[in-house]
Amino acid sequence: MNFLKIVFTATALSLATFSSVCAQDKTITIASTTSTQDSGLFNHLLPAFKAKTGIDVKVIAQGTGQALDTARRGDADVVFVHAKSAEEKFLAEGFGVKRLDVMYNDFVLIGPASDPAGVKGSKDIVASLKAIKAKAAPFVSRGDKSGTHLAELDLWKAAGLDPAGGKADWYKEIGQGMGAALNTAKAMGAYLLSDRATWISFKGKDGLAIAVEGDTRLFNQYGVMLVNPAKHPHVKVALGQAFVDYVLSAEGQKVIADYKIEGQQLFFPNANK
Amino acid sequence: MNEGSGALQLVLSGDPALYNIVRLSLVVSLSAVALAALIGMPLGGLVALTRFPGRALLIVILNAFMGLPPVVVGLAVFLLLSRSGPLGSFGLLFTPTAMVIAQAVLITPIIAALTRQSVEDLWVEYRDELNAMGVKPFARLITLLYDARVALVTVLLAGFGRAAAEVGAVMIVGGNINGFTRVMTTSIALETSKGDLPLAMGLGLILITIVFAINASAWGLRLYAERRIG
Repeated sequence: MNFLKIVFTATALSLATFSSVCAQDKTITIASTTSTQDSGLFNHLLPAFKAKTGIDVKVIAQGTGQALDTARRGDADVVFVHAKSAEEKFLAEGFGVKRLDVMYNDFVLIGPASDPAGVKGSKDIVASLKAIKAKAAPFVSRGDKSGTHLAELDLWKAAGLDPAGGKADWYKEIGQGMGAALNTAKAMGAYLLSDRATWISFKGKDGLAIAVEGDTRLFNQYGVMLVNPAKHPHVKVALGQAFVDYVLSAEGQKVIADYKIEGQQLFFPNANK
Repeated sequence: MNEGSGALQLVLSGDPALYNIVRLSLVVSLSAVALAALIGMPLGGLVALTRFPGRALLIVILNAFMGLPPVVVGLAVFLLLSRSGPLGSFGLLFTPTAMVIAQAVLITPIIAALTRQSVEDLWVEYRDELNAMGVKPFARLITLLYDARVALVTVLLAGFGRAAAEVGAVMIVGGNINGFTRVMTTSIALETSKGDLPLAMGLGLILITIVFAINASAWGLRLYAERRIG
């Protein structure tokens, strides 16, 4: 296998030289969530950021858990995710420099139009989850340690229920992203928790509808962190900090607020509040 | 909008983003085929022509690895190239280079195993002749690889088809970054997750058409070559 090794090392070396030449341009990598990408926010925000600073941004869109892991391994310069407890753990482990609130929106409980659990129009998410359990109505869980999944688990906990541990057959953990979960729930006639931005921008809504919204417990906060250069010396501190500063600035916050789909605002800036 | 017209509109609109995605798909998969051929063909030929302890085991391994799960290859390459991995200092993760490496790892066994088979078949045919002429081992390898070239085109196509079709490995090591590491298959996965199934299907049709066109031209080339060689 020595030959293989030599070829690989040679290839890697030549390509590394090539990519380090490329690294001269101003590019950062952000590990973020599927909701910010799938909703189109980055397509709206990044061109404005680039126009202001000349910095190119590469976005890796993953669930919050996976995005934080990507940053832990040193494969991103900035994280932009939405699960405060997981973010604070990341910070406590020393991988982040500082965690800052950027914006929020909310989660919504989506369900089949036929509403078998009879929860439609409720403003009480906990009571609604109890009703779904009582009727054993199908429920799709992300099951992927994403921000939305962690939020869902917290809500079940608040309801005093543990369908994930109880192996309830109406509760399906699919281990996939938000969009895939919406597709699955639609096909199964199931309820699921979604962030509002992904729901609004989702293109296959027919057959699904918002069942529960407006409960304060459905609040969804997004935060941004620069990856700690003390852990990963190759982190592009200046460029990454420029992104953090931009999204927190009055200008960046306005760009976020201005992003709308069909007249609906998807994210509400709340930096420094 | 039905699936077919969606794809057609996309192609006709000449969307530069779509063009870039298609181009990157081809560049990555063709580079992977080239790299895998560089390793797999000599390797397959050597295994066909030489006898050494463990040869049978190596053949079984090569054959079994033709079915390597892309997601496992992706994960292995990811761990290797990640900043926390042994080759992390090169900064190759989430680049097209990483995608080429992952696909090359995926298809090298395919190319090596199929090359071995082709060369071994020829070897049986030419053994006495080559022995009588006293052809040295290295020259034998070159002669037989050259003689098998028409069959090897099919081998390359098998490798290309596998590389162009997989999504598991490039998703993990490329990260599906817009305008940088997004290829046909990861776009299809992304559009599916956005709930835009017609667009996803349309992209799928484009991908199938491209793979079909490449196979058709390779087949045409083969027919032409066979006629020339006789």
